[in-house]
Amino acid sequence: MSARPATAEFRPPPEPAAPPGRVAPRRWLKENLFRTPLDSVLTVVFAIVVAWIAYRSFRFVFVTARWEIVRTNLLLFMTGRFPRGELWRPWAALLVASSVVGLGAGALSRVATEEAAARGMAGARSWTENLRRAGPPLAFVAGILYFVTTPLPVALLAAVAAAGLAGFRAGRVLPRRWRPWTNLVVLAGIVVAYLVITRFGGTTPQRWGGLMLTVYFTVGTTVLCFPLGVLLALGRRSTLPAVRIVCVAYIEFFRGVPLIGLLVMSWLAFGFFLPPGTSIPDRIVRALVAFVLFQAAYIAEIVRGGLQGVPRAQREAAMAVGLPPWRVTQLVILPQALRSVIPALVGQLISLFKDTSLVFAIALLDLLQVARTVTAQPAFLGQGLGAEALIFVSFVYWVGSYWMSRESQRLEQRMGIGTR
Amino acid sequence: MQVAFLVGVAALLWWLYLNLIANLQARRLRTDYGFLRQPAGFAISGAPDFSSTQPIWQAILIGLRNTLQVSVAGIVLATLLGTLVGVLRLSHNWLVRRTASLYVEAFRNVPLLVLVLFFYLAVLQRLPGVEDALAPAGFVLSQRGLWVPWLVSQDGDGFGWVLLAALVAAVLIGVWRTRRFEAAGIPHHRLLWGAGVATAVALAGWAALGRPVSLSLPVHEGLRVDGGLRLTIEYGALLIALVVYTAAFIAEVVRGSIQAVPKGQTEAATAVGLRAVQRLRLVILPQAFRIGLPPTGNEFLNLAKNSALGIAIAFPELLRITRIVIGNGQPAPQAFALMLGIYLTISLVLSGITNLVNHRLQRRGGA
Repeated sequence: MSARPATAEFRPPPEPAAPPGRVAPRRWLKENLFRTPLDSVLTVVFAIVVAWIAYRSFRFVFVTARWEIVRTNLLLFMTGRFPRGELWRPWAALLVASSVVGLGAGALSRVATEEAAARGMAGARSWTENLRRAGPPLAFVAGILYFVTTPLPVALLAAVAAAGLAGFRAGRVLPRRWRPWTNLVVLAGIVVAYLVITRFGGTTPQRWGGLMLTVYFTVGTTVLCFPLGVLLALGRRSTLPAVRIVCVAYIEFFRGVPLIGLLVMSWLAFGFFLPPGTSIPDRIVRALVAFVLFQAAYIAEIVRGGLQGVPRAQREAAMAVGLPPWRVTQLVILPQALRSVIPALVGQLISLFKDTSLVFAIALLDLLQVARTVTAQPAFLGQGLGAEALIFVSFVYWVGSYWMSRESQRLEQRMGIGTR
Repeated sequence: MQVAFLVGVAALLWWLYLNLIANLQARRLRTDYGFLRQPAGFAISGAPDFSSTQPIWQAILIGLRNTLQVSVAGIVLATLLGTLVGVLRLSHNWLVRRTASLYVEAFRNVPLLVLVLFFYLAVLQRLPGVEDALAPAGFVLSQRGLWVPWLVSQDGDGFGWVLLAALVAAVLIGVWRTRRFEAAGIPHHRLLWGAGVATAVALAGWAALGRPVSLSLPVHEGLRVDGGLRLTIEYGALLIALVVYTAAFIAEVVRGSIQAVPKGQTEAATAVGLRAVQRLRLVILPQAFRIGLPPTGNEFLNLAKNSALGIAIAFPELLRITRIVIGNGQPAPQAFALMLGIYLTISLVLSGITNLVNHRLQRRGGA
């Protein structure tokens, strides 16, 4: 057995919701800020610190920061050195991707609503809650608009948002019998989006950069590592000791070494393991391989947690109906296991999204590295604008991660995952 | 079926190995680890005790030392900060609670590398130069690092053994006090006793060996700083980033673990007449500790692995040294194998310790 505690699945319980109902402001203040003398002191100290930080941040963002460095280089931040004449391709791909992802999200949201209704949760949502949900993407759009200097991107962004919303609506009203196909449609849409950029005289990922490259690694790794991760998880729970040992060794190895070390290896040592004389794949492909191998080990641990949570009776019942073993796994066990670990999978997706920044180690120009290189441009060299560039980049990462984690928490609550 | 699978895996590994050997030979690289004994040919910043004529394996050891230094310091500080933030997240005080969640949400959702670069480029590199260094009593802080007071020894390792003896004595005393406490209910004051005995042993040894160790204070003069111990800003930036980032995750674990302690425990403790701090220290935290230990161990592991990000700011940790060694024309596969082996060992040791403590806790308390 492994020497490691099986803890990848630990998730703290959600925060308790605030009690409903209105409280008189005075009483609220007394109870929440000035309950005891110590509390009052804490309140004052924290208020001063928070106010100071808020003031400094506000002043930096709106007064002292010199955002020219972001404004001039916005295209570089978004697409790197992607050929300027070909920019219609990423936009078209974004439209396609946005509508299919919207469709998938809509279908999922419909399922969640039905589950919530079945569990007696109120279906209708207040507009404040809707506004709060839309907060992160709105913040992202607002942040980009703040730096955009021409009207065209604004119109295109609006179109992308509209496509996403339309897809979401369509997903919610989708007839029940079409629902099983949504995953395939989303996958196909992503592939189409990729082909729109790369084929038909397009540009391969070697010349991508910025946020586009970050998203490429995130989506590409997620799509490719998932089958491998599920296989490893099943292998780890196999009754055949040989299969189990190999899978455990794989998982423990990749969970025990740093990802950045693997990336550097993919750069400098990948070719050593191919037959002499074969051409070595491009470093983007090599990095993708490193990401997939690493990520699959974590996915495997999460899926294993889900598999352990499926009651034994489920398998026995399915066997009794006469299904062959692999159909039992495919039709009965896996769907339940995967459903119960959606939040953990999203968590892993978030950490992958952040980890793509490690491609700096193989000299790729991803979103974060753009921030590092623009400070060396002649126009901005030696002006100490590194902070501005880094803060813009961390804003983009932050919005993406925060949005994903929020939505997954919501889904978790509505689908009642972990509460039954 | 099983045999076929095993044969397949073995064949794959064997094929990779054959390719590796063929490639190494084609490039006229050696296929063994003999390169470790060659002189390194590079200096390591922040390690004045290493010169470029020393062999490569010593350079790798220094890389390991730096990795361990930053990891251990990071684990200790991240635990303290994370526990504090986690407890604050459950405060009755709305403002305190909100500030703590803001901290968690702010740092959990950005890549660690952003933090490393931010603290390095935008904070520590903007400190004043050495000539205008900040020098509060006993410390010197500038762009080139932080100098702190440090012990210097005149007779080699003699005093190190005394310190080890002091530590052992403290642990023994601690165990003894614990046993007495459990047997007779006499207040143990473990920490007080342990620290007192350790100090006494250390002082006695110091006097007996003829005062072999003295305190060296950094002295700042113009462009020079003498004495003390220098911590580089690369070390500082990496450490701060690791601590701030990991603490956000530990805080979540702490909050979750405290919330997982049944409410009745708090109510019972209140009924017995314990005050808020006592309730936390004597009733809630010990139980929460048991729940939160495995996930916290995972965070420690992540921190140790994340220390490899030091390569981004040229902090000479294990990965960076490996990278330099390969850049100097040494065979990459062996160097990487060594590096991966060391990281795997660190991971296994850390998770082994976590498992051990976990085991003991589960066995002792049936609560």
